[in-house]
Amino acid sequence: MKNTLKYIALAAVVGLTSCEPEFENKVSDTGFYDTGSADMTTYVAVGNSLTAGFADGALYITGQENSYPNIMAGQFALAGGGDTFTQPLANDNLGGLLLNGVQIANNRLVLEVDEDGNPGPVLLEGTPTTEITSSATGPFNNMGVPGAKSFHLVAPGYGNAAGIPTGASNPYYARFATSANATVIGDAVSLDPTFFSLWIGNNDILSFATSGGVGVDQTGNFDPSTYGPNDITDPNVFAGAYASQVDALTAGGAGGVLINLPDVTSIPFFTTVPFAPLDPTNPDFGPQIPTLNATFAGLNAAFAFLGVPERSIIFSETAASPVVVNDESLVNLSTALRDALIAGGLDAPTATIFGEQFGQSRQATEEDLLVLTSSSVIATLNEDRFAQLVALGVPAETAGQLSVNGVTYPLEDQWVLVPAEQESIATATAAYNATINGLASANNLGYVDARSELATVASTGIAYNGGVLTSEFVTGGGFSLDGVHPTPRGYALVANLAIQEINNTYGANIPMVDIGNYATVTLANNGN
Amino acid sequence: MKKFTLLAVFALASAAMYAGGYRVSLQGNKSLAMGHTGVAMVDSSELVFFNPAGLVFLENKLGISAGGYGVFSDVVYQNETTGASAETNSSVGTPFYLYGAYQATDWLAFGLGIYTPFGSSVEYPDDWAGSHLVNNIELSAIFIQPTVSFKIGDVFSIGGGPIYVTGSVNFNRNLTRSLTDLDGNRSEVTIDASGVNQWGWTVGTMFKLSDNLIIGANYKSEIILDADDADADFENIPNSPLTPFADTKAKASLPLPAEMTVGVSYAFCNKWTFAFDFNRAFWDVYESLDIDFADPNIPDSFNQRNYKNASTYRFGLQFEATESFTLRAGYYFDESPVQAGFFAPETPRNDSSGYTAGLTFNLSDHFQIDASFLYLRFKEVEASYDPYFEGGVQAPFTGKYKSSAFAPGIGVSYKM
Repeated sequence: MKNTLKYIALAAVVGLTSCEPEFENKVSDTGFYDTGSADMTTYVAVGNSLTAGFADGALYITGQENSYPNIMAGQFALAGGGDTFTQPLANDNLGGLLLNGVQIANNRLVLEVDEDGNPGPVLLEGTPTTEITSSATGPFNNMGVPGAKSFHLVAPGYGNAAGIPTGASNPYYARFATSANATVIGDAVSLDPTFFSLWIGNNDILSFATSGGVGVDQTGNFDPSTYGPNDITDPNVFAGAYASQVDALTAGGAGGVLINLPDVTSIPFFTTVPFAPLDPTNPDFGPQIPTLNATFAGLNAAFAFLGVPERSIIFSETAASPVVVNDESLVNLSTALRDALIAGGLDAPTATIFGEQFGQSRQATEEDLLVLTSSSVIATLNEDRFAQLVALGVPAETAGQLSVNGVTYPLEDQWVLVPAEQESIATATAAYNATINGLASANNLGYVDARSELATVASTGIAYNGGVLTSEFVTGGGFSLDGVHPTPRGYALVANLAIQEINNTYGANIPMVDIGNYATVTLANNGN
Repeated sequence: MKKFTLLAVFALASAAMYAGGYRVSLQGNKSLAMGHTGVAMVDSSELVFFNPAGLVFLENKLGISAGGYGVFSDVVYQNETTGASAETNSSVGTPFYLYGAYQATDWLAFGLGIYTPFGSSVEYPDDWAGSHLVNNIELSAIFIQPTVSFKIGDVFSIGGGPIYVTGSVNFNRNLTRSLTDLDGNRSEVTIDASGVNQWGWTVGTMFKLSDNLIIGANYKSEIILDADDADADFENIPNSPLTPFADTKAKASLPLPAEMTVGVSYAFCNKWTFAFDFNRAFWDVYESLDIDFADPNIPDSFNQRNYKNASTYRFGLQFEATESFTLRAGYYFDESPVQAGFFAPETPRNDSSGYTAGLTFNLSDHFQIDASFLYLRFKEVEASYDPYFEGGVQAPFTGKYKSSAFAPGIGVSYKM
């Protein structure tokens, strides 16, 4: 009896005290994960749109919540890092920016399915509410500023709202700069970071690339104040700006990671539109091929006469044909072409127009990269050219026939990145990355090789639990609908890569996320 | 002797572990206190559930037992690769029972039972790491069982009756691991069905070999609850033809498996009784939880379960300490019907051990108060649910789980 009671009592005590199940080793126990020799108390992320969590052509709340720094901070917190990571969140999920009530940046893109069942990116409708002049109170742990180039981060006044209309300053930074004369790097350092990440330099080449190379390669020009928005930054200017940022961020003894620059030409913005998109089975194009080839026969004879038969324009009736592009790197043969056409019997006014129009033209090859946005102009009427020709007295019908983008009117520079332009980009990128790598070594910082990781995404894809992440536009999962910026899943991949590097460099044990839990492109049809 | 027996019972605690699915073995305070044995215990009207054949051996003209439990169960989850963790909201389930037995003649008895042998209540934090499998589930089934029991000769009896079941289920999960509306709210579905009714049956036999030794067997039929008119409520769905999830009706079937029990009880040293029950639950009927949406645009949902038949081994000991008190203790171990690779977090059951104890206090010749408790202990388990697919690609959900349940119960018995 006594013993029985004792056991009952014992069992009751056991039952009551261990009612709540507990793991032997809980992930939330101190020391289960650790940050090694790094101190994640205050993590500050510095960079451009990629750091900000920009996606689908806009900055909006859910995109920012899935920025790679925010994902990293969440994992740092599991390992004893700081609990708060602040971001200059937009005011809504529409994206878009207002300056004194006037919209100055587009809303986000969403994937809409049209009446025929075809999905495609469209701007999400709605009036944005993120007003630049009603500032968010900075500084923030996430100091990613969309559009910023390397030298912008150290430029006073980059956040001065007064400079936005002239392009002298940046609307995103103007929203949360601590003063009109603040610098991005100064605001970042004012948080006394114990750890930082720096991913800057993409725009120093990207805007040149996405504009189809309309800018100038400024290599050799050391004065960035003279650069246009679409120019390639001189590698020495880049190195100087970058080194001063690393100095500023490490001055207080912070550890950090430097993220290198991926090959921008492998992103869907450049890989989605094929160089040969002109399909003979298209009823709007196919029936016209014989007429087009007959028209171009004289031109091709002139090219042959001038010793440049490779510039000939021929459309196949059985296979997709390359578009006709204007390649600035070609010798301009306008005058010689005009003369040859006249000698071949063409009337002078027409020969002049042809000479002007095809002086630097050729059909595209697989070496050319057509930008994503060219898909909406290829095989459409170029209104400007049409108006020009009509003004010259060309009959409207003929003017129309000579103004079809990529078919009879060579695609303008902005729609195509030709090999010479790609070469400039590759050279500058290599120089920038050498600088980043050198500074990482010199300062004992982690060097995150985003370049090879994203190259793998673009070539074979990266397998994860439940799929393979690729850079295929819309369906690959890695890139958002602007074709340039990652999806949340793509950003999660970057976060994992950085965490892996931190674990290696700092002897840390910080868990990585399952990227399958992060979203890809957003589906939405406007209206109801 | 008594010390030895108790040690022997508790020594099994270190052997293999406990049972599962959504079967909740809390069908009588006297029985639970003895490890939920009872197929061969002729003690009270709890026999209506445990073995209808035994009713005819009861000594009283009329016996009524009623009671209930508070089930406090918790599950913790963590994934050590990602650092994700979750803990269920402590849900309190309240299974109950009401039994009546009436001795018509010395060879014929009638009984009626109302009890709740199946149920589940698990609530994870919304949008937790496994939210694409379950956010929360609430399942309940009430069994109503009229019973008749015959004695054939002095030793043998047989009993049984039909079972009427009325059940309900409410289940919520996210549609995928990442689908959201424009504002980032996870797309989810709630399936709700109530008033799902079905018939089943039970039959038992008993051999009262002597005043001390009884052998019993009982079988309860499989009952498939067919919810033909469930409501499927979709929330936070993107406005897109690619996600055609609109509120609709749904069909689903949930099997309540057949269960076979054999057991023995042995009274010794005047005041002591030992009982052993062996349960075999035929869970292999639960192959898949399939949801057939009425709206043809919505793809049906197939969720493999692939349960296996599972056994439970129960040991109980009773000691009539005084005129006023009867003390009981028990232990059982319960095999989980969940197979490796099919560990779904909606029923996070691995093998477990149940430790039970309880007592009866005789208020008078007619009234008794029965109290019992169960502490159910699960080992920490690393498990995965593999057959989850997204876009045709398998995405197993893995992690460590640990569960526990504590169930104190109270009841009253009346006899005359």
